[in-house]
Amino acid sequence: MSGSGDLLEVMCLRVHAIKTARPRFFFQGVVRFELMAEEPLPAWSLSVDAVERIELGETWPGEVTREWAWGGATGAGVRVCVLDSGIEVGHPRVGDIQQSVAISIDADGVTVDEKDTAGDLCGHGTACAGVIRSLAPECELVSVRVLGAGYTGSGEVLLEGLRWAIEQGFEVVNMSLSTTKQKFAGLLHELADSAYFRRTMLVASAHNMPVESYPWRFSSVISVGSHEQDDPLAYFYNPSPPVEFFARGVDVDVAWTGGGSLVCTGNSFATPHISGIAALVLSKHPDLTPFQLKSVLYLTATNVGGDR
Amino acid sequence: MSEELRAAVAAGVLGSEQSYRELLQSIVEVARAIFKAKASSIFLLDEEADELVFEAVSGEESQSLIGERFPSSTGIAGFVLVSRQPLVIDDVLADPRFSREVAEKTGFMPKGLMAVPLLHEERVLGVLEVLDRPQDARFTLVEMELLGLFANQAAIALDLLQRARRAQGALAGDGDVAVVARVAAALDARREEGLDDSAYRLLAELERLL
Repeated sequence: MSGSGDLLEVMCLRVHAIKTARPRFFFQGVVRFELMAEEPLPAWSLSVDAVERIELGETWPGEVTREWAWGGATGAGVRVCVLDSGIEVGHPRVGDIQQSVAISIDADGVTVDEKDTAGDLCGHGTACAGVIRSLAPECELVSVRVLGAGYTGSGEVLLEGLRWAIEQGFEVVNMSLSTTKQKFAGLLHELADSAYFRRTMLVASAHNMPVESYPWRFSSVISVGSHEQDDPLAYFYNPSPPVEFFARGVDVDVAWTGGGSLVCTGNSFATPHISGIAALVLSKHPDLTPFQLKSVLYLTATNVGGDR
Repeated sequence: MSEELRAAVAAGVLGSEQSYRELLQSIVEVARAIFKAKASSIFLLDEEADELVFEAVSGEESQSLIGERFPSSTGIAGFVLVSRQPLVIDDVLADPRFSREVAEKTGFMPKGLMAVPLLHEERVLGVLEVLDRPQDARFTLVEMELLGLFANQAAIALDLLQRARRAQGALAGDGDVAVVARVAAALDARREEGLDDSAYRLLAELERLL
């Protein structure tokens, strides 16, 4: 292959396997894909004889009900990442967690400690994990600790933690946190979009204050605010974004450090409700893309078709 | 800078620090009254030390706490700071680690607390906390919004306080704007001595470049 003409031909006709393409390197928000040659794929256009290639893995029912969406599901087989202050190992409301990772940054660069033993430095990550576990009892939980090591550098650590989580290909990433730093907005946006196209659903807490913060404002994530009802399965679609869904977030009885529990209020606790429900849906319908998952959540929202 | 000018600026700066402190104090007093709480406090983030500092306190153990510091990732206030997310906890005592930590520092053990980050533009300046609302009053999202409004006011006051302190720091000759203050003083001296205005022209060019 030589010359730009050949390259163009390759791009148009012979690009393969976006489904198995995985970003191999993340560098300043640039995602490089290593394409594998085995699987043909429809690229950026669809010829008549290629329609069969985009056959959906899932048969979409005429009416999407909660029973269809997650009836009988336990979250089994779905990996949920909690990007937070850590998760307390052995908390009765959390149970087993598959992995604990800690992200730190110093003068030598980013360190990913893939066997972190510090647990939860605050309680908040354990709380989120407990909510997810209560809804999806058999999902896998992975803790990525990006908070608790001080204010300085917390934005960079959040960014690197999210980058690592997306590289791992988790199905759901719970982010009950945000940054207000403009300089991270662009990179976070690219990461959020790359997650969306790689079937990693980011679920992020909205701010209930009128501030610009990220990543919840991006349309490639699910943004979550709170409602006041006490039903963990009540969630509402919001037709006036940027907040897309409201979930239980007031007076939530959550797990906390020391094997204990607390009654807490905040969008931080509404978010893992949606993460847990997303894990249920994905355990029953593992082929759903983030777009389809959002559609299922919309169709089964309490104020849409949730009573069916 | 001439003595007269220095004195005038210094007086202005000192006066403003005092009035911003009063504004912060007023915010915690009103927050405490509105939520019928036992105490309320504002913490300022000291970015250089990576610590939170008690800046205004209303309540029983109040004034002795002003100036007390703790690491920026400690406890609930630290979490609210780094996560930018407001948090309301109804039974803090259930977390033995947390209550001990607070009690050691303040001598006051709250049962419940509301904590909200103080965000101004893209910076997080500190945390506002309201401690021990009446136990029988159920927390609602309306109160959360009210807390957010207070936080906004507190953040503006904190921003002004920080600006006043930076100006004061410049006059005292420490802080990163000190060099600008010294250049201004040198320029002032040159003008008094009747020297040519080449330095001003140089600065005018610099301003154009910036």
